[in-house]
Amino acid sequence: MSNLFDLLVAGLATGAIYALVAVGFTLLWQTSQTINFAQGEFVMLPAFLMLAAMHAGAPFWLAIILGILLSMILLGLAFKLLLVDPMMRHGVLPLAIATMALAIGIKEAVKQFFSAEASPFPSIVPTGDISILGHAVSLQSIGVLVLAIFAVLGLTTLLNRTSLGHQMQAAAQNPTVARIIGVPVERMILLTFLINAFLVALASLLITPIYLAKFSSGEVLGQAAFIAAIVGGFNQVRGAIAGGLLIGVLDNLAASYVSTQYRAAVPLIFLILVILFRPQGLLGRAEERTV
Amino acid sequence: MKSTLLAGALLAFATATSVHAQAIKFADVAELSGGGATVGTNWKNGIDLAIEEINAKGGVLGRKLEVTHADSQSNPGVARAQVQKALDAEPYVLLGPGYSGSVKVTAPLAAEAGIAQIMGGEAAELTQTGNKFLFRTSFGQQSSMPKVAKYIHDDMKAKSVAVVWVNNDFGRGGRDVIVKELDRLGSKVVADLSTEAGQADFAADVGKIKAANPDAVFVYLNEEESARILKELKRQGVTAPLMGETTLIGQKVIELAGDAANGARGHVGLTTDAPVDLIKTFRDKFAKKYNYVPDHNGLKGYLAVYMVKAATEKMGKVDSKAFADTLHGLTIKAADEPGILMDVTFSETGDIDRQSFLVEVVEGKQVVKQVLPKVK
Repeated sequence: MSNLFDLLVAGLATGAIYALVAVGFTLLWQTSQTINFAQGEFVMLPAFLMLAAMHAGAPFWLAIILGILLSMILLGLAFKLLLVDPMMRHGVLPLAIATMALAIGIKEAVKQFFSAEASPFPSIVPTGDISILGHAVSLQSIGVLVLAIFAVLGLTTLLNRTSLGHQMQAAAQNPTVARIIGVPVERMILLTFLINAFLVALASLLITPIYLAKFSSGEVLGQAAFIAAIVGGFNQVRGAIAGGLLIGVLDNLAASYVSTQYRAAVPLIFLILVILFRPQGLLGRAEERTV
Repeated sequence: MKSTLLAGALLAFATATSVHAQAIKFADVAELSGGGATVGTNWKNGIDLAIEEINAKGGVLGRKLEVTHADSQSNPGVARAQVQKALDAEPYVLLGPGYSGSVKVTAPLAAEAGIAQIMGGEAAELTQTGNKFLFRTSFGQQSSMPKVAKYIHDDMKAKSVAVVWVNNDFGRGGRDVIVKELDRLGSKVVADLSTEAGQADFAADVGKIKAANPDAVFVYLNEEESARILKELKRQGVTAPLMGETTLIGQKVIELAGDAANGARGHVGLTTDAPVDLIKTFRDKFAKKYNYVPDHNGLKGYLAVYMVKAATEKMGKVDSKAFADTLHGLTIKAADEPGILMDVTFSETGDIDRQSFLVEVVEGKQVVKQVLPKVK
C-alpha cells in the first residue's frame, strides 16, 4: 500500500510536468493551429540556456531568470516570427513538419555547441523527506507538484478571470469576430506563444534535475506531453492538465504492476482506446471546422 | 643553387610521404554520441593520449602511429556499418566499440577480416564464442561478478538482494552471472528488475526495491541511468547499501548524481584512483591534456594502444595476421612497458587477468577500500 502511495506521488509529480508541456500544446493549437512537434526540445533547451548562463558565471537564480527570458525570446517570439508566421500560410501540415525539422535542429545544435553527454542540473527544490500521513514523501516530488499546480492555476485564472484572458479565448475561438469587436488578435496569439515558452522553461527547470540535461531528453517528454494533450482533449486547457497527470500516474503504475519492459506501451494503448472511443479526448469538446 | 633547393624540397617531400606511408594505422569505432557518449569520448581521448606519447618517443619499431575515429552513435547497427568501413581501409588493429551489444555484432566482421579487435565490452558471452581475434581491455563479467557476489555475501552480509539491470547485452550478461553466483552463495534475490537503456524515470523501479526491502541492492546499469537511479534511491529514502560495478561509481556518475552517489560501492577493474603510481601519472597527464579526470574508459582506450605496442615489439615486426597469436597467452609487465600500467596476462580467449579494486564513493570521491590481487 505504501508502495502505491509513493507511486501515486511520483506519478503525479511527473504528470504535473507533462501537464505543463501539454498545456502549451493546446494553447498553440487553439490560437494558431500550430502542432508543435518540437515541444519536447523546447523543454530540453531552457536547461541548457540556464547552464550556459551558469558557466558564464551567473548565480543559479540569475541563470533561471535569464534562461526563462531567453526562452521566451527564442522559443516564443522568434519561433512565431521566423517559423510559424511564414509557414502558417501553407497550412497545418507543412507547419507541423517544419516543427519536426526544428526539433532535429535544436537537438543537433545542443549536441554541437554543448555536448552529447548528460550534465547535472541543480534542483530548485531541496532534497529530503517530509512525512505525510505516516509516509515519507520526497520534498522534490512535492515541490515539483506544487510549483506545477501554481503555474496551471495562474494560467487558468489569467484565461478565465481577466480581460486579457477573455480576449485570448475570443481570439482562439473566433478570430474574425474577435477582430470585429476590437480584440488585437495578433497580439493575443503572440502572447500564447510567450506563455508556452514560459511554461516549457518552467517544466525544464523542474524536470532536468531528475532527467539530467541532455540533448535527447526532449524526445520522451515531447511524446508523453503529446499523448497527454490528445488523451485529455487537444482543445481544452483543463483536458491537457488532466491528461498530463493521468499519463504520469499511468506510466508509473504500469512500470510497477504490468512490467517495466511494456511501460512505454501502456500510455500508447490508452491513447488508441481514447482515439477509438472518445476522439475529442476525455475533457475535450467535439470540434468541427469549416474548410 | 636553385636546383639544390629544388632537390632539397623534393627530398623533404619524399621523406614526408614515405614516413606517412609507413605509419601504423589504427581504426577506432566508438560511442562518440548517443547514450554511450561518456564511454566513447573517454575511450577516444585515452587512445589519442597514448598515441601522442608513443609518437613523441619515436613510435613503434620506428614507425609512427595513426588513428581514425568513427562514431557508432551508441547504436549497434551504425557500429557495424562503421566497422565494415574501417576494415575496408585495412587497419593494423581495430579499436572499440565500448558497448557489448556493438562488439557482439562487429566481432564477426573483424574475425573474418583477420584483424585483431581490442574492445571495451564487458559482457561475458563476447569471449565465449571461440573468436580468435577479440581482446578485452577490462574484466569480462565472468571474472568480475563472482568477486562482486562474494563481497555482497561475505562483507555486506546480505541475505536478500535486489538486482536492477539494464535490458541489453551488457546488463543481461551481468545479471545472469550474478544471480547464479548469489544463489550459489546462499543470498536470496528478492527483486529482479529489468530497466530500459535511456530510461529517465526510475520512481516505479525504486518503489519495487523499497517494497522488497532487501539487505543490499545490486545496480547494473549504464552510467547515465546509474546516476538517475542513485538520485531516485536517495529521493525515496532507500537505505540498503548499494553495490555495483564500475558503471555505478564512475567519475561521470559521481558528477551527475552528486550527493546521491555517496556510499555506493563497486568492484572496479580499472580506476584512476587506484593506489598505483603509473595510474596516478596517467591521470595527471590526461587531466592536463583534456581538463577533466577520466573514468575507466579513458584507461581502457589508453591500455588498448599500449597492448598493441607491447605485442608488436615482442613480435619485432608489424604483422596484422600474427598479432592476435602473439597477444594470446602474453604477459605484459608494467616494469617492461610502463604504458600498460599494471601487470596483465591475456588468456587464449582474449580475457584478461589483472589486479582489481573495491571502491566506495566517499564525499564525491572514489576511495579504494581493498585491492584484490591477480588470480594467477
